[in-house]
Amino acid sequence: MTRKQRRLAIIGSCGLVLAVAAGLVLFAMRDSIVFFHGPTDVVEKSIQAGTRFRLGGLVKEGSVVRQGQTVTFEVTDMNRNIPVTYTGILPDLFREGQGVVTEGVLQAGGLFKADSVLARHDENYMPREVADSLKKQGHWQPPGSKPQS
Amino acid sequence: MLVEIAHFALAMALGLSLVQMVIPVWGVRRNDIALARVGEPAAISVFVLLLFAFGVLMYAYAVSDFSVQNVAENSHSAKPMIYKLTGTWGNHEGSMLLWVLIMALFGALVALARTSLPDRLRAGTLAAQASVTVAFLLFILFTSNPFNRLDPAPPEGNDLNPLLQDLGLAIHPPLLYVGYVGFSITYAFAIAALIDGRIDAVWARAVRPWTLVAWIFLTLGISMGSYWAYYELGWGGWWFWDPVENASLMPWLAGTALIHSTIVMEKRDSLKVWTILLAILTFSLSLLGTFLVRSGVLTSVHTFATDPSRGLFILIILMLFIGGSLALFAWRAPMLRQGGLFAPVSREGALVINNLFLAAACATVFIGTLYPLALEGLTGAKISVGPPFFNATFLPLLIPLLLLLPFGQSMAWKRGDLLGTAQRLAVAIGIGILATIGIFATTYGGPVAAPLGIGLGVFLISSALWDLGERIIGRASGARAIWSRAVGLPRSAYGSALAHAGVGVTVIGIAATAWATEDIAVMKPGDRMTNGRTAIVLQQVFPRTGPNFRELVGRFRIEIDGKERGDIESTKRTFITRNNMQTTEAGIRTFGVSQVYVSLGEIQPDGSVGVRMYTKPLMLLIWIGSLIMGLGGALSITDRRFRVATPAKARSPKGPQGSTGGPSPQPAE
Repeated sequence: MTRKQRRLAIIGSCGLVLAVAAGLVLFAMRDSIVFFHGPTDVVEKSIQAGTRFRLGGLVKEGSVVRQGQTVTFEVTDMNRNIPVTYTGILPDLFREGQGVVTEGVLQAGGLFKADSVLARHDENYMPREVADSLKKQGHWQPPGSKPQS
Repeated sequence: MLVEIAHFALAMALGLSLVQMVIPVWGVRRNDIALARVGEPAAISVFVLLLFAFGVLMYAYAVSDFSVQNVAENSHSAKPMIYKLTGTWGNHEGSMLLWVLIMALFGALVALARTSLPDRLRAGTLAAQASVTVAFLLFILFTSNPFNRLDPAPPEGNDLNPLLQDLGLAIHPPLLYVGYVGFSITYAFAIAALIDGRIDAVWARAVRPWTLVAWIFLTLGISMGSYWAYYELGWGGWWFWDPVENASLMPWLAGTALIHSTIVMEKRDSLKVWTILLAILTFSLSLLGTFLVRSGVLTSVHTFATDPSRGLFILIILMLFIGGSLALFAWRAPMLRQGGLFAPVSREGALVINNLFLAAACATVFIGTLYPLALEGLTGAKISVGPPFFNATFLPLLIPLLLLLPFGQSMAWKRGDLLGTAQRLAVAIGIGILATIGIFATTYGGPVAAPLGIGLGVFLISSALWDLGERIIGRASGARAIWSRAVGLPRSAYGSALAHAGVGVTVIGIAATAWATEDIAVMKPGDRMTNGRTAIVLQQVFPRTGPNFRELVGRFRIEIDGKERGDIESTKRTFITRNNMQTTEAGIRTFGVSQVYVSLGEIQPDGSVGVRMYTKPLMLLIWIGSLIMGLGGALSITDRRFRVATPAKARSPKGPQGSTGGPSPQPAE
């Protein structure tokens, strides 16, 4: 191979791999990205049934009902509530009045069918999305009685 | 008093780091060797001072000195001693102190290294390294001082996040930090080379052991973090594509590329500019990881505290070092003498492909991790980029890389022969295909990904061993000739074969996760849960009290194929010292390299308990493979050519076939 051909081969293969990588990223961006919405967003932006997203807020006090492995509860941002159903074992820190993020699909009747309830790491920890969405609704209180810093 | 002295030692370390940063550069400028070498004692002193400061903090934790704010906020007198000690770095301030301590350790090691580094390179490297230390010491002293006092001292501490009260905290962060920070040395070497305007095979040979050390520790640190998450979080997952995990994966990918590109630079005096850029990028990604984790941009167990001033400070450090080094690169890189081009089909060509795929994979992780942050900053929309994204981007880039790996490994330098290489690998390819077909046939109806992935892993292992075997046996005949070839083969040849086989082992472990099962049930004592050959029987549920927690224990009997195989205990802990925070301690029992994993869910009002049972066939191979990779890296470091970093001697006349010269006759690597 001449010098020119070698250079072309190397540059060509670099370009090819990068193009494939870019294509994969763009393709995956379209299909596998999940948006986060608070309950007010869900109602006001009238998100369509069948949409997959993350729903976050507080677990409404007194709304948790257990039936065997299935749990129903309401996620609230103190403005709107969205009913959620989930089958499985809840994370350790799932409690009424505490922040929660769930991922699932909105059903036709307005019920949110969650397939995962995200685990949290610390009793003071509030998912950032939830904190922001509460701030937006004007119900934000700094978490915990023991700030860590 | 001791605490105040330690605080003073921090300030002293800052002053000496400034000396280490400025004086050697000045000395090099003036061609004054004595002045240029001031960096060496300075680096050692900085390390000693920081070691003292760290020791004092650890002592304060050991004796539960709650007059120190940091201890009061993160420890508790009832905590077991081991967690008191490891709690030293289980918080923001302490972990930053550990970070600079390790950074100073690397500086001191460069100062002490017996290898004959050129004086100018050593001076420049120490100065560049010191600049990073200075920035982080300023950060600690101004925003995250671990030695603040509380007056009056509280009678009892706040205790540590229970998730961190685990042996994992003793192992994972120090390993990971040595990895992260270790790349600061390659960064410093790159900066020194750019300032000096000279870069050659000597540079590559000097940098390579440091890169390997950092890479080994990063590999082990990531792998131990993954195992920790696996057993501690009670969800049975081993990798979550969480941004914090990605923050450590990115420097690992870049670092892996760097290890390979320095080989090309060392052997073929080529890829210089790219290697320098990669050295800069690798540490930049380490810094980015620190920023993401420490600034509170992301929330996770790693983010101990969120304080906007800290985030801003780290962002400034980040921009200074990444921006500064890239600007220096743009300015100076064109002055570096470029190496020659080479044939695409050759060992060096294969290593370029390795770099290309690793860099592309790293870029997809980078986009997936930062795109949500950027989007939120720009439009306010909140998205999450999770496993589906990475499975669709990262895996398609990684699989061709792994398929090509054995070809590159057994290809000759300069001019390779694709067909010949394929012929040499025929046996390994055959073994891989046979493994795939065999497993596919025996598990017919199961997931297809598992046999394919295992076939790939088997191919990687068998080709690494086959290649090594061929190098040893080759055309030699007789035991003595084989023995002498085995001894004569450089250690790095064994190292790379081992590391590549380790990749294969990990691939098998990952592929086998397709067979993992998960079952959920509400159980009462006496109930049985079965999946395939594995069954568990809940025997009893009882409360128990630990040093700083209460726990509810579920004891299960495991049966495999109807035979009793011992007990498993899963517990749900409530930490009284920490607002009644609950954690799940999964019960795990290992059979060979497979595991049965049982975790407790909620206790129902009627006394029954939610239980998850996972079976994890071949699961441990994921981490065993990474240990093998680390071992391979360690073996490579012991290669004798790194012990004396002088230019390789000219070829000895009785070298193996071939006559085209080149810096090294060894086909190995």
